Amino acid sequence: MRVIAAMSGGVDSAVAAARAHDAGHEVTGVHLALSRNPASYRSGARGCCTIEDANDARRAADVIGIPFYVWDLSERFHEDVVEDFMDEYAAGRTPNPCLRCNERIKFAAVLDRAVGLGFDAVATGHYARLRSGADGLVEMHRAVDHGKDQSYVLGVLDQEQLRHSLFPLGGSSKTEVRAEAAARGLLVADKPDSHDICFVADGDNAGWLREKLGDRAPNHGGPILDEATGEELGRHGGTYGFTIGQRKGLRLGRPAPDGKPRFVLDIEPVSGAVLVGSHDRLAVDGLTAIRPRWCGTAPALLAGPDVTVQLRAHGDEHRAEIRVDEGADGGTVAVELHEPAYGIAPGQAVVIYDGTRVVGSATIASTRRASGGGD
Amino acid sequence: MATGAHYLDHAATTPMVPAAIEAMAQHLREVGNPSSLHASGRHARRVVEESRETLAQALNCRPGEVVFTSGGTEADNLAVKGIHWARTAADPRRTRILTTAVEHHAVLDPLVWLAETGAAEVELLPVDSTGRLEVEALAAAIDRDPGSVSMISVMWANNEVGTLQPVEDAVALAGAHGIPVHTDAVQAVGAVPVDFATSGVDALTLTGHKVGGPYGVGALLVGREVEVTALVHGGGQERDIRSGTIDPPAIAGFATAVELAVKHQAEHAARVAALRDDLVRRIVEVVPDAHLHGGTMAPVGVHRLPGNAHIGFPGCEGDSLLMLLDARGIECSTGSACSAGVPQPSHVLLAMGCDEDQARHSLRFSLGHTSTQADVDAVVDAIGPVVERARAARM
Repeated sequence: MRVIAAMSGGVDSAVAAARAHDAGHEVTGVHLALSRNPASYRSGARGCCTIEDANDARRAADVIGIPFYVWDLSERFHEDVVEDFMDEYAAGRTPNPCLRCNERIKFAAVLDRAVGLGFDAVATGHYARLRSGADGLVEMHRAVDHGKDQSYVLGVLDQEQLRHSLFPLGGSSKTEVRAEAAARGLLVADKPDSHDICFVADGDNAGWLREKLGDRAPNHGGPILDEATGEELGRHGGTYGFTIGQRKGLRLGRPAPDGKPRFVLDIEPVSGAVLVGSHDRLAVDGLTAIRPRWCGTAPALLAGPDVTVQLRAHGDEHRAEIRVDEGADGGTVAVELHEPAYGIAPGQAVVIYDGTRVVGSATIASTRRASGGGD
Repeated sequence: MATGAHYLDHAATTPMVPAAIEAMAQHLREVGNPSSLHASGRHARRVVEESRETLAQALNCRPGEVVFTSGGTEADNLAVKGIHWARTAADPRRTRILTTAVEHHAVLDPLVWLAETGAAEVELLPVDSTGRLEVEALAAAIDRDPGSVSMISVMWANNEVGTLQPVEDAVALAGAHGIPVHTDAVQAVGAVPVDFATSGVDALTLTGHKVGGPYGVGALLVGREVEVTALVHGGGQERDIRSGTIDPPAIAGFATAVELAVKHQAEHAARVAALRDDLVRRIVEVVPDAHLHGGTMAPVGVHRLPGNAHIGFPGCEGDSLLMLLDARGIECSTGSACSAGVPQPSHVLLAMGCDEDQARHSLRFSLGHTSTQADVDAVVDAIGPVVERARAARM
């Protein structure tokens, strides 16, 4: 196959490109320039898309022996990922920009361009496995290395996208990948893993949002209220600094009367109120999600001992029952959890699994608080 | 990876000519700092001074007017900063620098820096739709207050679209007020006749690797009477305005290349122009809406560089075209500056009145001394399917 290897400048995508090349594919490396004003150097483990990252990717391509180009996707990235990220926070939700980027950029804009240019597939360094199912459909499964599994952020990919994807690292552990990078002479072998949100360079999410949102935020401050009593416990500098389930950074100065820690329970973006309370009030036993995307055939009902959902990146698996109700935009997905889950934020994705197989994903619109709690 | 079979990016850099390689290799085997007083030093100095004379003869200047630099960018920086600093030091009213909107970044960026630091007011003068400076705009800018003009910089030939600039008009307008004129002739030397003394410019930039010489060496030709403030301080090796140990092998290779390029300029221009004309004509036959940017091709060397074909392909991304051609062994350029490998919309095309879309759909093919009919044929064979592909990739 003719393959575009998306190369971030990190160790995973470099080894993925090398493996695709070894497998006999005709591989071309592409670094995606996503930032409008790339910084020269990265700092620590944060961010990507600096000029240094582009150079690291170029050097990896040299070592592998494949052609290399930089594709400028900064405009599409800004429109589809960064703007969406800001809108979601302004609305009091907690978006996952990595999913959005996979859905709209890496496996859409890049894939479309690659196919247009005569390529068959896009290879990335994501940890997930692809295999052919009995029905002839391509199935996506969790990676062998459960600690590195990235199937959650790929849950937005549909069958057409999966048919044009390659994830060469899904069967390996991170340790193996690093060792292989070193053995191959890739200088990025010991480069730190990237985490945090790539376009928030210093990792200060709330500070970044405060600056960028400007007038778009309905408020830049409001009360922190006790959810049970309505008492004002303090003030904050913008609802976008909070996510449901958050415990740190409330700066209330005084403990709850029962001495238990307080958590963010709800965010009201228009009034600016942030409601806090005890951990048991975070318990959720059901949720509704919208804009579903299915990796294969859309199910109507999904139940059984192997059906689970994951509600945030690197989150736990929760056993659940799924019902899909028809409607606009793919309908709605009702999720009944067998055991309560905690700290579930609207805006995050629910990714649905049958065993290790990814069934699909949807965006959490609302949650149902577990009656009686259960801490 | 090996270079492509069809190299059509001579405006970026062109292969060294064998005579320059030989001259350079010969002196790489010798020892001697040209500033040393012993026999080896004197020998090295002799190599440099003979090279200086060769270069001066080829470009019709005095040997003492040749200041060797590390290349075109340093020569441009030395010219615009050095002359401006000296002119404002002599008379602080001289705050304005006049230039074109289509200069190379080696001229534009030092000027932008001077403006940002408050050291100068920079006026980027408009060009017409072919990329040629509008002489009336220059005249008007001078006439507004001639005494406040520090210097004028007008490139001899544009590096992207190949348009030749009215340097002689700039010299005539400036001369009436004693304003010094610099020209970046990096793309012009060897491609069109370049005569320093006859042109009347006060300073002229050229570089080795565009004329078949080595990388990392160039020169600023600067009139003896022109005051230039030093940019790089140290031993003052080059006329006290440029410091750094002189590089005899590079300078020998450079001078040999310039001498040959100038000597063969007329036949070279006729030959590459014929290839270029054939290339453009046949590309348009295959892709009917493709169009040439810049000045007309005929007569040879009057409106544009003989080896330059800058072509717009509507509906395509220039970098898609480049990648698809590269995969077929054809090497060209989108013609614009890159930031982290990402082509930016060309300031030259934008100044010529193109919109951002038009500025992104172009390719620059630049022919040089190793170009052949087979190179042209390869592009013509590839361009139809490549354009079709690039259009599909844009949907």
